[in-house]
Formats: sequence, C-alpha cells, structure tokens
Amino acid sequence: MTTIMDPTDERVPVTRQLSPRPNQITGRVALLDISKPRGSVLLDQLEEVLAKQLPGVTLTRYAKPTFSKPAPQPLREEIHQDNDFVIEALAD
Amino acid sequence: MASAPAYQLENLAGESVKSPHGTQAIICFIKEDCPTCKEVMPVLDAFYQRFSQQMPMHIIGQTQEGNAALAKAYQPGFSILDDSALQVSFAADIETVPTLLVLDQAGQIASTLVGFVKDEWQQLASSLSADASLEGVDLDWTSLPDWRPGCGSLSVDPANEPRLRAMAEGSPIRARRIDIGSKDDEVEFMFDQGFSDGLPLVPPTPERVLAMLSGTARDSQEVLGEMAPNLGVVTVEKVAINAVMAGCKPEYLPVVLAAVEAILTDDYNIHGVMATTMGASPVIVVNGPIRHRIGMNMGMSALGQGNRANATIGRAVRLVVRNVGGARPGETERSTLGNPMKFTMCFAEWEERNPWTPLHVERGFEAEESVVTVFTMSSGPTLIVDQDSRTGSQLAGTLGQGLQAVMSPKAYFATDCLLVVVPEHVDTFMRDNYKKEDIRRRIQEVSARPVRELVADERSATGIKAESAAKMDEASLDKMMTKFRRDEDIHIVVAGSDAGKFSGAFHGWVTGNIGSIPVSRKIEEVT
Repeated sequence: MTTIMDPTDERVPVTRQLSPRPNQITGRVALLDISKPRGSVLLDQLEEVLAKQLPGVTLTRYAKPTFSKPAPQPLREEIHQDNDFVIEALAD
Repeated sequence: MASAPAYQLENLAGESVKSPHGTQAIICFIKEDCPTCKEVMPVLDAFYQRFSQQMPMHIIGQTQEGNAALAKAYQPGFSILDDSALQVSFAADIETVPTLLVLDQAGQIASTLVGFVKDEWQQLASSLSADASLEGVDLDWTSLPDWRPGCGSLSVDPANEPRLRAMAEGSPIRARRIDIGSKDDEVEFMFDQGFSDGLPLVPPTPERVLAMLSGTARDSQEVLGEMAPNLGVVTVEKVAINAVMAGCKPEYLPVVLAAVEAILTDDYNIHGVMATTMGASPVIVVNGPIRHRIGMNMGMSALGQGNRANATIGRAVRLVVRNVGGARPGETERSTLGNPMKFTMCFAEWEERNPWTPLHVERGFEAEESVVTVFTMSSGPTLIVDQDSRTGSQLAGTLGQGLQAVMSPKAYFATDCLLVVVPEHVDTFMRDNYKKEDIRRRIQEVSARPVRELVADERSATGIKAESAAKMDEASLDKMMTKFRRDEDIHIVVAGSDAGKFSGAFHGWVTGNIGSIPVSRKIEEVT
C-alpha cells in the first residue's frame, strides 16, 4: 500500500445543496451588480419589471467594487443580513 | 537519561502488549537474520525464566517471518513482539541489534547493552539478581563467546529510514494521509482525485515530502496565505506536497515558495487571473545566483521544454493554485480557450548576457539577491521577427509595431507586456548603446496613434466608442495616444540562445488595481 499526502486544503468533500425554492417571492430582494459593463442595464430593466410584478417586495441595489475580485466581507454580510433573495448580474 | 518510547505491539499469538509502565523492565530488540541475535536467544530465554516474574521483559523482533522462525528454532518462554513496522525501533533510536534496554521505575533507560559483550550481560544478570534477591541466571556462561558485534537495525536501513522519519511523531509533516489500496495504480488514483493538471504526477509520499522540505529552512506549518477562490490555507508543507507532484527537486522549493507568496498578494490577484474568461496565467521570471545553482535554463529554448527546474517550478505553482485554491477549469477557472502556459511558464533571465540592469535590480533588489517576479500573461510568447534592422532605433521600431497588436490593435492603455529580448537583438541595440529606456520610449513612439484612429468604425467596433468620440473636439481627436499607459508597463528581460533574431512578447492581462500588477519576492535560500 502506498501512502500519499493530501495536496488539497482538506475541506471535507461535500456536494453543495441548493437552498429550498419557495413558490413565491416575498420580503426583500438584493440586486447585485458585480461592476461589469452593462450589468447595471440588465438590473435596471429587471428592477422595473419586478417592481411592477411584485409590488410587496423590497428591492435593494448593491454593487461589488470590482468584478475581478471577491466581494468584500462587509458587503457579503450586509446582503446576507438584509435580504431573503439575491439576483446577481454577471454581464458583459 | 532518555525515556523509552511507549508502544502497543502484537505478540506471536496476536495478543496486544503494551509498553511497561511504572515498573523496572527489560526490552531487547532483535532480528532474525543477525547471527548475534541468534546467539543471545538462549541468554534472553534464561533472563526471562529468571526475571519475568519480577519485571516485564519484552523481546521485540523486526520482521514477522523472522520472529516466527526464531520462536520455532529456540522455543523460548517469551513470545516475540512484532515491530515489523519498525516504528518502535526507530522511536527508541536503535542502531544495532541486539540492543537491550533496562528501564527504571520511571520508564527511563537506566542502561543500554549493544551487541553481545559477555561481561556486560553477566554483570547485568548479577545486578538484577541482587536487586531482586534472586539467584543468578541459570546459564553456562563459559559456553558463550566473550564478544560478538551486533548487526544493523532495520530501522536505520536506508530503505526504511526516510519513511520512518516521515511517519515518526514530531515529523514536520501534518497533512492528511491518504492510503491508496495495494491493487490501485497510484498515478491513476491521483487522476481520479482531480489532483492533476492533465499530466501524470509524482506520488507525494511522506518520504518524498520530507525530502522536499529539506530544501527550505522555513517551518513546515508556516502559513503563506489563503489561496483563492476557496481561500484554502497555504502552508509550506502544502507547497512542498504539490512541488513533489510537479516533479521538483528540493533545491527548487525556495523558488516555488517565493512565487506562491507573490501570487497570494492583493496586487497580483490570482483570483481574477484564474477566473477570467481570457486565458490569463502567471509567467515566473527568476533572477540572481539561484538560477545557476539549480540549473535553470536562460539560454537556448529558455521559454520551451526540456529543463527540469523551469518546467517543474512553474507547474508546482499552478498545482498549488489548483489543489489548495481549488481553481479548476469548468469551475472557477473559466478561460474561454485556455492556454498552454497554464501548465507551466517559468524561466530565468540571462543576466550575464544583459548589458542593462537585470529585472530584479530594476525592481529594487540587490544584484546578488535571488528574486522571483510574477507577471500575468494573456497570450504569447508572440515572436516579433526582425532579421534586418541594424540600428537600435529601427529594431525598437519593429518591436513597437509588433506590440501594437497586444490585446487588439485598437486596445490602447489596456494592458502591459513582458518583452523577452534575445541576445542577437541585444547586440544590435548595443551597437548604438541603446538603453532599456530608449527601447521603451521608441516602442511608445512607433505604436502611438492619433485618437481618431482608435475610434470604433466599420472595420472594427473595438477601441474608443463612437459616442465618446462624438463629444471630442478636433484637437482631442488629433492627440497622439501611446499604446501603454506608462513606459514602465513595458517590462524587459534578456533570454534565449545566441543565434536568432526573434524577440518574444508576453501580452498582459487587465492591469492596475482591478487586474494584476507584477509582484517580485526575494527567494529565501537555505544557507
């Protein structure tokens, strides 16, 4: 038997589970712009449509400082704390 | 006085026996293929008959077959304990068999007998008998030789010692150990686990990882940082494991460590470099004395294959990103076309053929320091062929024309580049005593274009948007724009063989704060 040393970060391999999908959207929805060109165009339109279709829902806009780096921790916490749903615009 | 190791070993009947605790005891290490061990078997048996009621006496053998054979041949009263894994022999620091240890009540080694010296063994028998108020050992001492040397313990055999050192308590390696079934092929196993970049890997056994760690004086558990995208913790040990897999020699490890530290910086931004749909990847340039010490290629085919240091250092860095950071194609590594440089891209600068300041000195280091510089490329090396220019100005002009195509011909102020000037081109430049700053200035001059030529048009919609251009006055449209934002965005090194007039250019990726800024790190060598 050969023994080798684990070259990875040794996270337990877990298959990520999707969050349960509710039948209707209520509460607070974050609209996250990752700051790629024209992401804001997509979100503007989406915000308009959602505001009409889901009048009871609070829509809040957020933006990453730059698309090329991970979102700063405080922004992730803020979005998580203040929202029930996130719609992220990956665009070009 | 040293203490004896704690152990739990099986005897010949398969019963588990624990090391003596809180009592005087005798432990003797033997192996079957040692004539002296065979000679002392009757002596050990006589000791056992006399003392085993008063104190535990453990005879530890180093091979399973040998233990069985000795038991059959000598029929002793004791059952030999199985240390075929050799871990107890190693922990007790046994170099010779037989070695007999007498432990005091605190578990400390009170005396050690190595090999067989009759006087010593006889004296031990007397003193133990006196302590226990017993009669002497029932043995015809005159039938025994006065002296016999012992034999080498299997625990110091070169075939076993590195493995034992790696597995021992206090070993610098702490990573999770993965046992590969004896019927499994280890190379196939590593492919199946997703450890590989697509090429076979060297299995990172504990022995190899320990040998790799001998290449650095740094603590194996020192944390270098967190590698994106998974923010996996990168320790010196994890780098060493990946360096083994890549095929590195231990003396390359300091270069790999410095390169990993460089890409872990916010300036370098490995997250963006891996995630981008452009085929970006690190290019590693090595400067300083270590180039020669580890045999790097900086001459013929410096950017190509065939040199172990160049090939495996670059590969090791990429494997750390893949395995510790979790950047894998199709997951967070999302390059549209990919890039062969993502396997490996590392070379050394031929400083001795460079009449100008070498890269690391330009970047603030001392000439005698060894330094790694990491640049992000998105394509290249693209050759710029010029066999005809005979003046520095003409040659830099050709390079400028070639570099105009970086990213796309109308992409201005968009990125940086790493220009690898070949020796024959260096010679042409030196005819006119053309310096690095002259080359940069000339490249900018030749590739500069009036703004109006860079506006999106029917031929190509890249460049400055028509709406923006519409707001400009004539003077603004006539203004000349340089290809690179700053002259310093043209990084220049020397490499390649003495024959050939084709310099190479690595085209950059997005540069500045939202992209990747080149980073240099001093290489900490073992002194």
